[in-house]
Amino acid sequence: MNLEALVDCLSSASCAVTQVSTGLIVGMLLFLVTSGLSLIFGVLGIINFTHGAFYMLGAYLAFTAYALTGSFLVAMVAGAAGVGLFGVLFERLVMSRVYGRDILMQLLVCYAMILILDDGVKILYGGEYRMMGMPDVFALPPVEIAGGFVPGYYLFMVGVAFAAGLVLWLGINRTRLGKIVRALAINPQMVGALGINTTLLYAGVFGLGSLLAGLAGALAAPIRTLTPGMGVSILIESFIVTVIGGMGSIAGAFLAALLIGFTRAFGAIGFPLFVDGLMFALMALVLVVKPSGLLGREAA
Amino acid sequence: MRAGFVRDLAVALAGLGLLIALPVVFPQPALRDFLIYFFAYGLMAMSLNLLVGLTGLVSFGHAAYFASGAYAFGLLMQSGLVSIPVAALAAVGGTALIALVIGAICVRLKEIYFSFITLAFQMFIHSIIVTWVGLTGGDQGLRGGIPRPPVLGLDLNDARVLYGSCAVVFVVCILAMRQVSQSPFGYTLRMIRDNPARANFLGVDVTAMKLGIFVFAAAMASVGGLILALFVSGAYPEFAFWTTSGEAIFMIMLGGMKLFLGPLVGTLLLQTLNHFVTIYTEHHGLVLGTVILVIVLGLRRGLADFVYDAIQARRARRAAAPATAEPAAQTFEAAPLNGRTV
Repeated sequence: MNLEALVDCLSSASCAVTQVSTGLIVGMLLFLVTSGLSLIFGVLGIINFTHGAFYMLGAYLAFTAYALTGSFLVAMVAGAAGVGLFGVLFERLVMSRVYGRDILMQLLVCYAMILILDDGVKILYGGEYRMMGMPDVFALPPVEIAGGFVPGYYLFMVGVAFAAGLVLWLGINRTRLGKIVRALAINPQMVGALGINTTLLYAGVFGLGSLLAGLAGALAAPIRTLTPGMGVSILIESFIVTVIGGMGSIAGAFLAALLIGFTRAFGAIGFPLFVDGLMFALMALVLVVKPSGLLGREAA
Repeated sequence: MRAGFVRDLAVALAGLGLLIALPVVFPQPALRDFLIYFFAYGLMAMSLNLLVGLTGLVSFGHAAYFASGAYAFGLLMQSGLVSIPVAALAAVGGTALIALVIGAICVRLKEIYFSFITLAFQMFIHSIIVTWVGLTGGDQGLRGGIPRPPVLGLDLNDARVLYGSCAVVFVVCILAMRQVSQSPFGYTLRMIRDNPARANFLGVDVTAMKLGIFVFAAAMASVGGLILALFVSGAYPEFAFWTTSGEAIFMIMLGGMKLFLGPLVGTLLLQTLNHFVTIYTEHHGLVLGTVILVIVLGLRRGLADFVYDAIQARRARRAAAPATAEPAAQTFEAAPLNGRTV
């Protein structure tokens, strides 16, 4: 534990800016992954345990697309759309067969899928760490903000993640389709009775949720090392974010993801060995004080 | 004393006799090793089923307690201060304490929340094991061996004595779990599984009951962990990794819900599968994942349940048909399940 370093950092503008930017990108990545997870749970009522593996898939797809084309934009689209498509297939071929059956079966199907994806990536890319490297477009000198240096890519990433979150929120709360999806979450029979193809909607929502995980993976590819099994830690963190923010609330996920991001960034200075513990302590605290999460409505 | 206890005791003694006799009849060391792994993982699967099958709590983090038993036992033995029974009791007690704290948070949560929070806590324990290198050896696992001083004049460095002791501990634990599942407490848990609201109306403290079985199951899993630690003379972070919990869940599913000893059948099946898969390919996850998908989506139930249902259907057909002479082949077919019914 090193509280002195933490106080020093907080009182120096440059260190604070650096850590805030780190916290922001960690939080934004977590937000993208969690909002996908939360969307799928909110509408379909299942927890997609493969969500972390989808994040990994997005990162590797982006890695390959970037290696082939040299364009980060293509890499991002490939990661997001590829994983979205994969999510639709997974929902249609596998997940839809275990709807309404006990959780054990859903867990097992996800467990099997993670094993297959992790091993598949290992076969295609090898088991060792891979680095994508910073795309040339972002090979700029870091931006100086209040004495702290922030890489240009960080700003881009936060912007994309924020835009994606905003589009998702507007799409669900302000459009006709969003209204149908919300209705689907509450009363699927009724929605079906109105002549709306619920099967298609379920697949679409699952695909959209997966797409968000893929996008997060693609955005993370330039700044994280890629390894098979990289999805597990982000899956666990997004569980924690879900609990803190409240299941099914996009705003809650946003708030909680930032909270965890800053906890990680500043915790790494103050209590480097206890960062994970800090996240769990935070979660336990929320569970005791407000079991439904910060912005969750229904009781957990 | 409960009415069925004598029968259970007889079955347990017969089972123990069988386990002791097996390596005498087939003296290959490989069989003994296989069976000790079976004891360790079998205890984990059986104890997990107290949560999943009996109480309806699908925990995805049960391997945490398996690992905590292994590490606590290993560390205590390496300290050289205590004997094996004391270290074992302390490891089980310590695990129960950890489970009490984690369980107190988890059991308040509904179904799927419970699953992923137990998983999250397990990965927390995994990350503690990996980061606290000074104590646990981190990624490398607990090295340097675990000493096996003699217990009551028994030399556990003799592989046969070690095997026998593990078999006894295993059977005692299974018997204890059987007692719990058949006790009024066990039936209360079944009621909570089937209708928690009703249990609540009848004055049952649902949270306390769930916490009770959570702690007991964790303690039993830790016994599995310490058996494995004693045998491999070390402990590894993989014990606490999420895949270990996943495997335990798969064992339960394979073994099916209809038999008390079902998870042991599942353990046996999965271990045999793992044994052959690791011989023929390094892509263990790919094969295991595919097998799980085929079984879950194809059979739609555990292998043991599948066989059990097939036999039941056959019996029903036979009962419906005019009674004929008993063909010997069919009794033989049903034999592996005899003595295992709930």
